[in-house]
Amino acid sequence: MTDTPSSSVGSDRVKRGLAEMLKGGVIMDVVNADQARIAEDAGAVAVMALERVPADIRSQGGVARTSDPDLIEGIQKAVSIPVMAKARIGHFVEAQMLQALDVDYIDESEVLSPADYVNHIDKWNFTIPFVCGATNLGEALRRINEGAAMIRSKGEAGTGDVSEATKHIRKILGEVRALTALAPDELYVAAKELQAPYALVAEIASTGKLPVVLFTAGGVATPADAAMMMQLGADGVFVGSGVFKSGDPAKRAAAIVKATTFYDDPQVILDASRGLGEAMVGINVSDIPAPHRLADRGW
Amino acid sequence: MAGSPVGVLALQGDYREHVGVLESFGAEVITVRRPEELGRVAGLVIPGGESSVMDKLSRMFGLADPLKQAIAAGLPVYGTCAGLIMLADRITDKIAGQESLGGLDITVRRNAFGRQRESFEAEVAVPELGETPVHAVFIRAPVVEEVGEKVSVLGALADGRVIAVEQGNLLGTSFHPEMTDDYRFHRRFYDRVLATRFV
Repeated sequence: MTDTPSSSVGSDRVKRGLAEMLKGGVIMDVVNADQARIAEDAGAVAVMALERVPADIRSQGGVARTSDPDLIEGIQKAVSIPVMAKARIGHFVEAQMLQALDVDYIDESEVLSPADYVNHIDKWNFTIPFVCGATNLGEALRRINEGAAMIRSKGEAGTGDVSEATKHIRKILGEVRALTALAPDELYVAAKELQAPYALVAEIASTGKLPVVLFTAGGVATPADAAMMMQLGADGVFVGSGVFKSGDPAKRAAAIVKATTFYDDPQVILDASRGLGEAMVGINVSDIPAPHRLADRGW
Repeated sequence: MAGSPVGVLALQGDYREHVGVLESFGAEVITVRRPEELGRVAGLVIPGGESSVMDKLSRMFGLADPLKQAIAAGLPVYGTCAGLIMLADRITDKIAGQESLGGLDITVRRNAFGRQRESFEAEVAVPELGETPVHAVFIRAPVVEEVGEKVSVLGALADGRVIAVEQGNLLGTSFHPEMTDDYRFHRRFYDRVLATRFV
């Protein structure tokens, strides 16, 4: 983030900057233009285009890939807020397609089936910024080192069970806090243990925060879930299946937006939580056999 | 300034960065999400973010009308990006039902440069702030397409598109000085706050 040339598109500052503008907001998973309009009307700061919401990917199985370009284009035409779309981990050609399609952010996502079990995408090669999932600080820093301009804690997508989201946001921010307490000569070993570049580790030890925006994701289903993530220190919230797998998506979406803005005001969260109808049914993460947990994808 | 804090609208967006800039001037700063908080401030920054979301939340929580009244009564306000859109009397390319607070006699176009791929940084001449150009960061930024008679244009791009304006106590930029370390626009706003003594 040092000197950048004039009129530069795709600079670090511009890529990370869009995420800065999304802070305090809710990004919602949508599979078509109608859902995108509902999300925008409810106050979403952005939408995430994908072919199936995580709950359906989980129940239907099969290989999950990037969305049909026509569907994404339909969503881009339907709304004026930023449109993000998912590419498979390591699938740099899906990412190239999404860049050609002019999406606003690419999510290199464990919710889709990985395309490369060794390497993630070299995100520095793109003008469009990337968001990546992480379960701990080392994973977040490896993604940032590869060029990610935004991080989201993974949680366990498609479950409606917020416990993994809680675990991951606490883990990442706890590890950030721990770094700030270390002596300078202890940071080399800390970098080794985190399996992360020393320069990023030293930067965090001195600033006390990630160099990019940190949202949380994976299992948020209620206004109270969203507010809890914000109170734990997330900059904003992704909601996947939680909205469109519930009884009244428009109402629930608006309620989650309100609770995210007034995350520290129990009265607003209480009022927003009334009359929402059925929440998504949900699966307890502990009932999911380990090989089927999405958060374990990515390394 | 004795006593009255400066506010930053905190419904959504990069409001913490604006708080940090104003605090670097020695100002007391509060975040504003409720009418009673608005009533305490001597000036207000409307940050970058999603204008359509700020609009919805400001109406939903009863902040839009008190904001309009305060602007009409002369509250100094500085809007960046989404904040500029909120201050515009007229919006082109708005979403269905989107309203603005108004106050600046201008027409803005949302996302005027295109999508994120077209977001950019550039040096912009702003003679009012001195000879050194402003390093401006544009993120899915709006531009000012029409300006009324009472509006001063403070800055424009090389192609003539207007990206910084002022009218009375209202200041607006398409870009984000809070993302750089050049705080001259904030300083101009804060000086106006000190001179106005609104509260």
